Amino acid sequence: MRADPAASVLEGVRVLEVGGEIGAWCGKLLGDMGADVVKIEPPSGDPMRGYEPFYQNEPGPDRSLFFWHYNTSKRGITLDLAKDRGREVFKRLASTADVLVDGSPPGYLASLGLGYSDVSGMSPAIVMVSMTPFGQDGPYSNYAATDLTAMAFGGPVWSSGYDDHTIPPVRGGGNQAYHTVCHYAVIGVMIALIHRQFTGVGQFIDANMHASLNVSTEGGSYGWLVAKQTVQRQTGRHASVVPTSQGQFLCKDGRYINAGMAARTEAQWEVMLEWLREEGLIEMLGEYVKFPDRAAVRRGDRYAREQSRRVASAVQQLAAKNDAHDLFIKAQELDFQWGVINAPEDVLADPHFQARGFPTEVEHPELGKSFIYAGAPYKLPESPWSIQRRAPLLGEHNEQIYLGEMGMSRDEVAGLKADGMI
Amino acid sequence: MQKSRQKNDNRVFSEPCAALSPIRICDFTGQLAGAGATKILATFGAQVIRVEDRGREGRWDIFRGSWPYVDDRRGIELGGAYNNHNVEKLGVTLDMRKPGAKDILAELISISDVVTENFSKGVLVRWGFSYEEMTKIKPDIIYVSNCGFGHVGPYSEFKTWGPIVQAVSGLTFQSGLPDMPPAGYGFSYMDHTGAYLMAIAILMAVYHRNRTGVGQWVDMSCTDGAAALNGPALLDFTANGVPSRRPGSPHSNRSIYPSMAPHGIYRCKGEDRWVAIAVRNDDDWAAMCEVIGMADLASDSRLANVEGRFEHYDEIDGRIEEWTSTRTPMEVMEAMQRRGVPSAAVQRPEDRTDHDLNTLSWGLFPEVYHPEMGQVRVDGSPIKLSQTPAVVERGAPTLGQHNDEIFGDLLGMGCETVRALSARGVI
Repeated sequence: MRADPAASVLEGVRVLEVGGEIGAWCGKLLGDMGADVVKIEPPSGDPMRGYEPFYQNEPGPDRSLFFWHYNTSKRGITLDLAKDRGREVFKRLASTADVLVDGSPPGYLASLGLGYSDVSGMSPAIVMVSMTPFGQDGPYSNYAATDLTAMAFGGPVWSSGYDDHTIPPVRGGGNQAYHTVCHYAVIGVMIALIHRQFTGVGQFIDANMHASLNVSTEGGSYGWLVAKQTVQRQTGRHASVVPTSQGQFLCKDGRYINAGMAARTEAQWEVMLEWLREEGLIEMLGEYVKFPDRAAVRRGDRYAREQSRRVASAVQQLAAKNDAHDLFIKAQELDFQWGVINAPEDVLADPHFQARGFPTEVEHPELGKSFIYAGAPYKLPESPWSIQRRAPLLGEHNEQIYLGEMGMSRDEVAGLKADGMI
Repeated sequence: MQKSRQKNDNRVFSEPCAALSPIRICDFTGQLAGAGATKILATFGAQVIRVEDRGREGRWDIFRGSWPYVDDRRGIELGGAYNNHNVEKLGVTLDMRKPGAKDILAELISISDVVTENFSKGVLVRWGFSYEEMTKIKPDIIYVSNCGFGHVGPYSEFKTWGPIVQAVSGLTFQSGLPDMPPAGYGFSYMDHTGAYLMAIAILMAVYHRNRTGVGQWVDMSCTDGAAALNGPALLDFTANGVPSRRPGSPHSNRSIYPSMAPHGIYRCKGEDRWVAIAVRNDDDWAAMCEVIGMADLASDSRLANVEGRFEHYDEIDGRIEEWTSTRTPMEVMEAMQRRGVPSAAVQRPEDRTDHDLNTLSWGLFPEVYHPEMGQVRVDGSPIKLSQTPAVVERGAPTLGQHNDEIFGDLLGMGCETVRALSARGVI
């Protein structure tokens, strides 16, 4: 039977999400594409509800902005999986599920009798994905991890930091370890759902965060795998075997621009010279005005080194005379691959992101307000991305799901509540 | 799923039971943000037909022939990054400037499920293959373009690469130490992540087409994808009015969301050796103090909670580094992990690929066979699907390696026509 063409991609796909932070982004990506994601939290709430920052700086289970962002488009119920009756309820829910998103430690659900072999007994075509720091078994699978330690062990940290190696290397900000394993988890879920469309068969997906980061370091990994060469970190540019010239420049307004990409063609080099001439900076190049010979640059010969040093000084002067955003626009109009180094919030008022509809308003009826959230990573015009609703309040959908959808009686739900089961 | 070399060398198409074997992709992607997406789909069995420019020997893709190299040889078939990002794909050549090329491309599109590219805006339109035109050839075609700023919007003509996407989106800014320039990510994080998001978008569109019979054009902007990763910082600004540009921020080796302290990267014994330690809570704090044998810290009431530890951060960091700087990263990691405290060595590439027990037992960096480069290790799959595992055995295609199979057999042109087209430089 064909679905309504106007439906969201995953409309009608029931997803259960258990476990904490590691899998929340995966559930959100599925929910924002229309899946019915039911987040199952312990009665005390997901620990993420205690993460800063809080709305108006007041802590509270429904006030974590971190929780808000990572749990849009989900419904939320509470359930104690550690108790027998909680497990019985979970099994009934699992029998209605297409996908189980599991962010709990390896073996945890299996130890409760809720592992893949158990849930696939209840819902034979279920697709289950487990996201863990090191995979389901094998070396380190019981080691504790956070975003920081994952980024360190998995490779990204080695490549990030400053020219001065007495300064520690840097973890790229923003929870990228969790994002990366979740991206792979969603890829796995979608492959499995497509396989299920063709064959009717479900499966289990073991998503390893350490492995996900290890294959996400560009030349870090394959520089060694292929050539046995080790990249070294540099300030604000690619870690490299051979040092490269300065890429970031401080502008008049105190912001930075990335101007690391030099002229790629002779015609573009002429444009650069003309620009420096207009700005009265051409004499800074002295006699070093020949189009840079790529081979010489790679060899790092004396002329090439001196030329790139002089070009960098001239660009630094150019930056000092201009605000970063103005310089970005001017450079791009001349076809240079330069970019302003924005703070995250700078994109919200930017005409390009506005034209693409990136800032997304989400209503919070409980506060009588709406807020601007991060928007879509991709938009499928025939099957729209949307934030279906703000993150669930703690236990917000207990009644809707236990009473309305599972057909429990009011007494039964009250009993579960009284026993601390939900 | 271990297969004999013999079988591997002869295999052109994927295993019939691979998850995505019914899907054919006419693939113009290159570099990493595009090629990395179709690579993943190819390893799960999609028939990815990479179309390369005959006229310029595939130099649409700057990774063809570029670093790293297996030996002293150089050339367009010898680029290690290209091999890494194009395993399990088929390769054909086409010179779009030559008469007849457009007809061949139209035929290929007519039997494809998906067309993918990450060119600058407008390339396919110039060839006469806008989305609208492609739907005339194949009404339910899925077209996914992945461009730095997308094909719509004021910056859509701008030129980008990974670091520019990271800069403009706000990602670069979030990575660094106080009173220092941004450190950024040190590689094109958004080429990897852009590829992952592109793979998701392709799969979503295929799932939708399978359900509804309707194709579509997905106009991806890699910068949108990057900005979508900044959620908590954006909300802190829009809901609380707290800007990211503030004194002391960013300090990305620390953890503000959620607040943990101490939390950082500490010097170890040896040159440029480091270890990460993350104290999540008061239990971790007590355990860590015991591991480093500093009972005075554990009993210091100023440091009993995370607020206090934030106030005395530098003092604590100094004490931790006293201890770590006489030990190797792995020694620190093992000692901390025995007590359940998250800690990990800052691994060098060699540590991760050749000595890491987890990546080795997972089989994360398999060897593929490339006709010119020989046996080469590549980035493998970090996800294991129990019924339909990834297969990573065949290296990237050489230029036109599969012209006979695709043009001759699949499109039914036959041997003579293929030879003639090749002689005229069309393919």
